[in-house]
Amino acid sequence: MIELQPREIEEQKLYQQWGLSEAEFDKVQELLGRLPNFTETGLFAAMWSEHCAYKNSKPLLKQFPTTGKNILQGPGEGAGIIDIGDGQAVVFKAESHNHPTAVEPYQGAATGVGGIIRDIFSMGARPIAMLDSLHFGPLDNDHTKYLIDQTVAGIGDYGNCIGIPTVGGEMTFEDVYQGNPLMNGMCVGLLDSVQQQKGAAAGAGNLIFYVGAKTGRDGIQGAIFASAEFNDEQESQRSAVQVGDPFAEKMVMEACLDLIENHADILVGIQDMGAAGLVSSSAEMGAKAGFGMDLNLDLVPQREADMIPYELMLSESQERMLLCIKKGHADEVIELFNQYETEAVEIGTVRDDQQYILHQHDEVVANVDVKALVDEAPVYRKPSSRPARLDKESTGFEPDTSKVAEVLMDLLQQPAIASKESVYHRYDSQVQTNTVVLPGSDAAVIRVRNTDKALAMTTDANPRYLFLDPHKGGQIAVAEAARNIVASGGMPLGITDCLNFGSPEDPEIYYELEQATKGMSEACRQFETPVISGNVSLYNEFNGQAIYPTPMVGMVGLIESMDYVTTQSFKQHGDLVYLVGETKADFNGTEIQKMQMGQIEGQLFDFDLATEAANQQLIQEAIRAGLVNSVHDLAEGGLAVAIAESTFDNEIGVDIKLDMPASWLFSETQSRFIVSVSSELQADFEQLTGAKLIGTTGGQHLAIQTNNSKINLDVTTAKKAWKEALAWQMK
Amino acid sequence: MKYAVIRFPGSNCDWDMYYVLRDQLKVEPIFVDYRETNLPIDVVAVIVPGGFSYGDYLRSGAIARFAPIMEDIKKFAEAGNPVLGVCNGFQILTEAHLLPGGLRKNQHLEFICQQQDLFVQNNQTTFSNQFKPGEKVMMPVAHGDGNYYCDDVTLQQLRTHNQIVLTYSKNPNGSVADIAGIVNEQGNVMGMMPHPERASELVLGGTDGLRLFQSVVTRQLQK
Amino acid sequence: MYNVKVYVTYKASILDPQGEAVKMALHRLEFTNVQAVTQGKYFELTITKTTQSIEEQVEKMCTELLTNTNMESYRYEIEELTTEG
Repeated sequence: MIELQPREIEEQKLYQQWGLSEAEFDKVQELLGRLPNFTETGLFAAMWSEHCAYKNSKPLLKQFPTTGKNILQGPGEGAGIIDIGDGQAVVFKAESHNHPTAVEPYQGAATGVGGIIRDIFSMGARPIAMLDSLHFGPLDNDHTKYLIDQTVAGIGDYGNCIGIPTVGGEMTFEDVYQGNPLMNGMCVGLLDSVQQQKGAAAGAGNLIFYVGAKTGRDGIQGAIFASAEFNDEQESQRSAVQVGDPFAEKMVMEACLDLIENHADILVGIQDMGAAGLVSSSAEMGAKAGFGMDLNLDLVPQREADMIPYELMLSESQERMLLCIKKGHADEVIELFNQYETEAVEIGTVRDDQQYILHQHDEVVANVDVKALVDEAPVYRKPSSRPARLDKESTGFEPDTSKVAEVLMDLLQQPAIASKESVYHRYDSQVQTNTVVLPGSDAAVIRVRNTDKALAMTTDANPRYLFLDPHKGGQIAVAEAARNIVASGGMPLGITDCLNFGSPEDPEIYYELEQATKGMSEACRQFETPVISGNVSLYNEFNGQAIYPTPMVGMVGLIESMDYVTTQSFKQHGDLVYLVGETKADFNGTEIQKMQMGQIEGQLFDFDLATEAANQQLIQEAIRAGLVNSVHDLAEGGLAVAIAESTFDNEIGVDIKLDMPASWLFSETQSRFIVSVSSELQADFEQLTGAKLIGTTGGQHLAIQTNNSKINLDVTTAKKAWKEALAWQMK
Repeated sequence: MKYAVIRFPGSNCDWDMYYVLRDQLKVEPIFVDYRETNLPIDVVAVIVPGGFSYGDYLRSGAIARFAPIMEDIKKFAEAGNPVLGVCNGFQILTEAHLLPGGLRKNQHLEFICQQQDLFVQNNQTTFSNQFKPGEKVMMPVAHGDGNYYCDDVTLQQLRTHNQIVLTYSKNPNGSVADIAGIVNEQGNVMGMMPHPERASELVLGGTDGLRLFQSVVTRQLQK
Repeated sequence: MYNVKVYVTYKASILDPQGEAVKMALHRLEFTNVQAVTQGKYFELTITKTTQSIEEQVEKMCTELLTNTNMESYRYEIEELTTEG
């Protein structure tokens, strides 16, 4: 790489290649009072990218509620923190790694997992669970199968090796993700004593330590790539992929947790070197505390020879952390990390002013105001316009249910509905021996050892609903996550999110972003689940085709007693089956519409947050009163699919009679649950919920009768089809 | 009477073992670092837990066998004391030649984590005396390299000396003769791919694994 | 100074699942005349000269660490570098 002179950078507009606009470059000049040199231009380009500065999404993110009575830390740190009582707290965050996964799925996914884990332990929390949310093209494409196989392998190998159970997730398959797949990961951690860490570097003269793996030229400009669209031509450019080393990360993690737990007195701040590597971690730590720093790049551990400052600062080599340590304690830190066979190197000191100064070979190679770098990025409110498709008249799609049993069997084998067992069997879901509810139910449940508490966790996205109505879809994304938590016996605590959208330069996409975040905010207020962390991934387009608006919601709930842990499967023969919530003819955006029409279209059905909250409340009360044996939330595929899924685990059949037309079996009206109740608790349950009795469990058959149809399937046969469909389609 | 849990860099089931020993079996566990050269004097059994020692980058267990503590573990085993290796621990014990054979990549090449049914083939060992002969038990598996291999001569020896303790009811990884767990000829060193520590509490799905540990503890108490 | 290349594969008698998978993939790409694929490991070592014989040293490295002789076989090539300074 040739380092151009400041004048050449200006003349050749090099900054544009790095994603800085002309106006932004002018602003940099103004802030510096001179032309930036090569290194400085690179620093600004990275720090002012969407990925680091949220310059296009910031005004929209402001809508989110971020505080609450149990919220100890909202957005702005490595991860958010929520009090769960007894002096303990849960820490969680989700992050996207879409572009790296598209380029090199195994390493892209693996390093995505690695990065999100570092965010959690940088807060002093021990990671206790991983979840994912994956969106790919349809399974009729060999490249897509390869992407899925390698992405799953990457997620699994990283989490399995480091010893964090991967306990939940979701997958969807749509044309729009063919060229731009999405890989979102979420990590949950537990803080045993509420002593969280902040990523700040304060106190002149304190030491800046670099710990972990050496720096190479991998992933340079990752943050900038993540803020640009894809096209075929760029395919070859996107080469600088990071490679993950979970073993190194395990050692770094244990060392950092030891440092935080046992040497808190000498630790001032700690931060992961994530996107935009050394520059973003160090500049953010300085800016947060209001201090500048001197960094000597000659001291940065280097894996390759002759790296220039630009490369050292922007490399996204993995498994690295930055620490701020009280002066005079260098030896203590070095010794501690050596215990874990990990390198710890002092690379600089905190200054008493706000200048961020980089030195290499006895020369100053960058000298900028740290606040300019971190806080002065421009913020844009982009023009927005309502896409025409949202006002298109519905064709009035009605499912064809003339062969209703066949329709159900076909739905059960749709990849979005079929069992994801062939995927989650590749993840160690049980290491740490706390996984009470294994993958496959509405939410995963992890017990909190030595207490009677547990945590329920889930990831949810409903891109189809958002495509038809970004506002209501945004509400539903949060509501469905809450529904999953409640069905598992939990009380929703808060959310993290990954906002995956197309290019915000397109007013219609910006409208989607605006409406989706508005809907999500409203739902978060309704369920009292503040947004405590998250990330934004824009420019998810391939050859001009944007993905569906895909805000992924990761939610954690508190299960206050192990007695409340509830799963979706029927538990015994002779139980009464209830449907909580009303059913309507809601077919647009549904799985059956996609299956029968080959696409989704029309106006999205109605959705009412208050009804949703009321129904969730009923379920919470019924679980707490000990009235239920199983609860399953109704999602893709609707009522018939949910009933079928409830029969599978224990192979307990069911006999259901419904006063509705056959087509309604496949409606996706929101806010509904299937509940099974012991017969002796009938009166209590009905009095509490007023829910409608629709049948009883028992036998070996999945029998569902409506006003105009009868389904009678062998449970084992239906289960086999559902269970094997995905593996079969992946072949 | 301490139960030593050996910690290698990259062990990740070390705490799981520790908790089962302390909370379920009510015995005294102690972590022993791989850099130690001697086991504590009052150790009555050694457990090599699962994980990915040294990332398993060369071969599962290959590097761990050179750790300083391994010399003393060998002596401990040669003296007839119980040594149990689970998952990565099994891999380490085969690499250290404390057990015959070796573990290859799973036949289908994928990592597999699932509830696994097993058959108890020999209930006369230090590690299986709390099971009924032929009993079907459940202990989860979670591994990428669990495909046990040994040559025909070794397999014959394993059979002759009744060294096959656990077999899979439905082979998840391609292991020779469905082998899930074996002991050495003396019967005091056991290696197994399934995780008994993950089946030691009802809330986690079962307690069959607990009986494996209870077998060891019972033998100790009989001494 | 020596440059040593070590090749490790499963023994011929042992099923090599990765090799089999690659063979199947090649067949799918219509390289149907591929009869057998062996996947293995490749190490490149740079070793300074000592009084001990290089062959002896490499042999020892192979049997003690680089291979599991229960299942794997190995071969190596030793090249003495002339540009030693």
